Amino acid sequence: MIARDGPELQGAELHDRLTRTWSRKPGLIGWLSTVDHKEVGRRYIVTAFVFFVLAGVLALIMRTQLARPESGLITADRYNQIFTMHGSTMMFLFAVPVMDAVAIYLIPLMVGARNIAFPRLHAFSYYMYLGGGLMLWIAFALNIGPDIGWFAYTPLSGPEYDPGKRADMWAQMITFTEVAALAVSASIIGTIFKQRAPGMRLDRMPLFVWAMLVVSFMVIFAMPAIALASGFLISDRLVGTQFFNPAEGGDPILWQHMFWFFGHPEVYIIFLPATGFVSQITETFSGRSVFGYPYMVLALVATGLLAFGLWVHHMFATGLPRMGYAFYTAASMTVAIPSGVQIFCWIATIWSGRPRFGVPMLYVIGFIITFVIGGLSGVMVASVPLDLQMHDTYFVVAHFHYVLIGGAVFPLLGVVTYWFPKITGRMMSERLGRWAFGIVFASFHLTFMPMHWTGLMGMPRRVYTYPAGMGWDALNFVSTIGAFGIAIAVILFLVNVFTSYWKGELAGPNPWGGTSLEWATTSPPPPYNFAHVPVVESRTPLWDADGGPLPVMTGLRVDERETLLTTLIDAEPDVREASAEPSIWPLLAAIATSILFVGSVFTPWAVVWGAIPVAIALTAWFWPKRSREPGEEPVIA
Amino acid sequence: MTRARLSAVCVGLSTSGCAGVQSIAPSAGAHTSAFNSLFVVFLVVCGFFYLLVIGFLGAAILRRRRQGEDGVPALFRVWVGLVSLSLVGLALASWLTDRAMASYGDKGPPVRIRLTANQWWWDVEYLGANPSEAVRTANEVHLPIGRPTLIELQSNDVIHSFWVPNLAGKQDLIPGRTEDIALLPRKIGVFRGQCAEFCGAQHAHMALTVVVEPEAQFRSWWRQQQAEAPAPRTPEQLAGMTYVTTRECATCHAIAGTTASASVAPDLTHIASRKTIAAGTLPMSRGGLYAWIADPQGVKPGAHMPYIGLEARQLDAVVAYLETLK
Repeated sequence: MIARDGPELQGAELHDRLTRTWSRKPGLIGWLSTVDHKEVGRRYIVTAFVFFVLAGVLALIMRTQLARPESGLITADRYNQIFTMHGSTMMFLFAVPVMDAVAIYLIPLMVGARNIAFPRLHAFSYYMYLGGGLMLWIAFALNIGPDIGWFAYTPLSGPEYDPGKRADMWAQMITFTEVAALAVSASIIGTIFKQRAPGMRLDRMPLFVWAMLVVSFMVIFAMPAIALASGFLISDRLVGTQFFNPAEGGDPILWQHMFWFFGHPEVYIIFLPATGFVSQITETFSGRSVFGYPYMVLALVATGLLAFGLWVHHMFATGLPRMGYAFYTAASMTVAIPSGVQIFCWIATIWSGRPRFGVPMLYVIGFIITFVIGGLSGVMVASVPLDLQMHDTYFVVAHFHYVLIGGAVFPLLGVVTYWFPKITGRMMSERLGRWAFGIVFASFHLTFMPMHWTGLMGMPRRVYTYPAGMGWDALNFVSTIGAFGIAIAVILFLVNVFTSYWKGELAGPNPWGGTSLEWATTSPPPPYNFAHVPVVESRTPLWDADGGPLPVMTGLRVDERETLLTTLIDAEPDVREASAEPSIWPLLAAIATSILFVGSVFTPWAVVWGAIPVAIALTAWFWPKRSREPGEEPVIA
Repeated sequence: MTRARLSAVCVGLSTSGCAGVQSIAPSAGAHTSAFNSLFVVFLVVCGFFYLLVIGFLGAAILRRRRQGEDGVPALFRVWVGLVSLSLVGLALASWLTDRAMASYGDKGPPVRIRLTANQWWWDVEYLGANPSEAVRTANEVHLPIGRPTLIELQSNDVIHSFWVPNLAGKQDLIPGRTEDIALLPRKIGVFRGQCAEFCGAQHAHMALTVVVEPEAQFRSWWRQQQAEAPAPRTPEQLAGMTYVTTRECATCHAIAGTTASASVAPDLTHIASRKTIAAGTLPMSRGGLYAWIADPQGVKPGAHMPYIGLEARQLDAVVAYLETLK
């Protein structure tokens, strides 16, 4: 007897049956086997924030060292490990994964799906990410943390100048995060393309969904470059290839091309999801749909494409042909157009709406004030003559922290506040939230604004100390004070998270009056997300329903995990598809792959012998299930 | 001790304190002057746009009563046009400045230098018209004012970056390649350059002293650097010379006029005429020499100068000899 949701199966009984079907088994094995995007997403978010705090502590150590000239707090060797760990952790273990993490949790809800596409794959992704992060930090604790910068330029990172295993730990951590990011991207693209609620045409998708679609494609095009680069580096170090050794016909500049062909898109892989956050918050808190939706979408796509034509602006000092530089200057400046379009559209949305200034909206305002400074200093460093002075100085440190903290972390803190009630069912404290925002905003500028001057006054990056009396002393001291201010704000934010998690005011399904589908289900959502598949008729489904129930589509099975696939462009119901059951094999496959990766730091044979357990785990993972009996497919009315 | 020591390095460069000896202001070269002009143009344009954004944002926040998009679509078109036009203007200004900068190397007969970067010091060779004019020194360059200097840039190990902010922007030194950079100094003074590409443990201590001086002074400096090292005059200096030229030191260093002729470490022929020791780590002084020779790994951990363990008498002799190498 096949059971489906529909008029005869509603309410509590439907809830019970769906819950039974979509819940995982209790207990540790069940916990490790989960393929629920909400559980995986929560773990991903928490893990990413743990790395954020760890890398932030490293930043405090560096700022303390630099507070005064010739400080002897930490040695050069330790400092070089710390700044490498700070950059690598923030970029590879926090900024990119945290955006994926939020997307894993939210995208299926925002498109009205029961679960993410390829559920086991995204669970595998999480375990790979965790494995890479653990490997790097355990190495750091054992004093074999990388000391070559997050960019690992050859030949400094090659076998001759970095003997030992430090650079290998960095390169292999990259391999872990590549696998994790590629896996998530496949899941997200699959979810967005094929699992949208009926009626959610491409031009009705929330802007965060658009942003993640663009970003996932960027990951798929950018990651192979770094995979190749880190693969070459590891083989140079492990088996004596000479890809980057000029003495044997290799080329150290090849590394820079491959690294930045990935590394620049990486910045937009971090920034574009944040623009999606800003769009969602601005829409809800302005009480109107975002102004210029088609322009916003075009801006996302344009940024995604342009991002691949800019990488040489990281290499203006390497002595490539000057006419070529002019092209990259022009391309880099062109990015200011889509960014300018986005900024305009957000402000126009506030202008023409009825803005409310809750904490998430404060972060949006802080984002605009801060990010635009970073964008404008980005226009400066796009110019070759200006960049040749500013490159590798504290000016650039200021620039990219304005872009990354102002442009990505502020929206992230805003969006955590915004979606916290959806994830936990409780509101974060508004009072603590305002304090945290005020302190982080002021402290951020206190830390990084002076660095513009520090850089112009000649202080290079990545120095563990500096002589007294160069005119840098006071500026550095101010930056250090600001850094501790940021730490206080982050602590306040976390206190707010923890106290609200247990004692916050109950939220209800839609506390902010948002319009996208995630607000149509309970907070926190049930394991099956939606009792009936919602049907969408505009960009603002919940405002259309005006508090009433959404139109829904029924007929999905409730006794098996089943999702609805829709057509790519118009999201018309297409086929019903079984969704994967929980499985322990993604975890075991991740463990086997981790053993292969870590082992290959020490011997190339690890690739050979390590492949066997990986093959076993993957075989078990993909072992065919009993196929469904033919003729049981009903037609969806 | 460290703080006083480094302040001393800094005072070694300039009698009026150090602020400004490694900075885009005051400009002391044609490139940096052009940079400063272009920077002002960018600053004004970017500042204007920032004010527009903040003004619009402020207005949007304060305007809370009415609703509606009145005039916004038209404003949007104006905004996109304005942004695009300004970017074209800035890109053009940047390109023209870059062209102008590229011509500074042609303004007069150039001084030619080959600069080779090493972890963590600068090997300097002046390439004269004939071999007898060639000069080798380290961590310090002298430049005549008003004449271009063309520098060939090479690296013996990893990637470094040549950067003297008062004079010009950066140029990387890349192993396996020869890059070049032109300087056109326009102001007399002592400036400081520093490696700007992370190059390992002692990246922070890889400075370069740059002395810009009048043509006559520059010529006399060059002549003096061409001379061989003076002969020792006291028994102690002689003992020092004997040690330096026959023991550990000579495996890496060279002193013209003696048997020490290795070239993996800085040339010591005129070390006492230079302003700093160990690429700007210590000021050139008797105390500095003692500190560096007695405990190089304490002064600059990771540097390739090893701890030798000289006896007090040997150390006195070596320092006494090195001090004569003006």
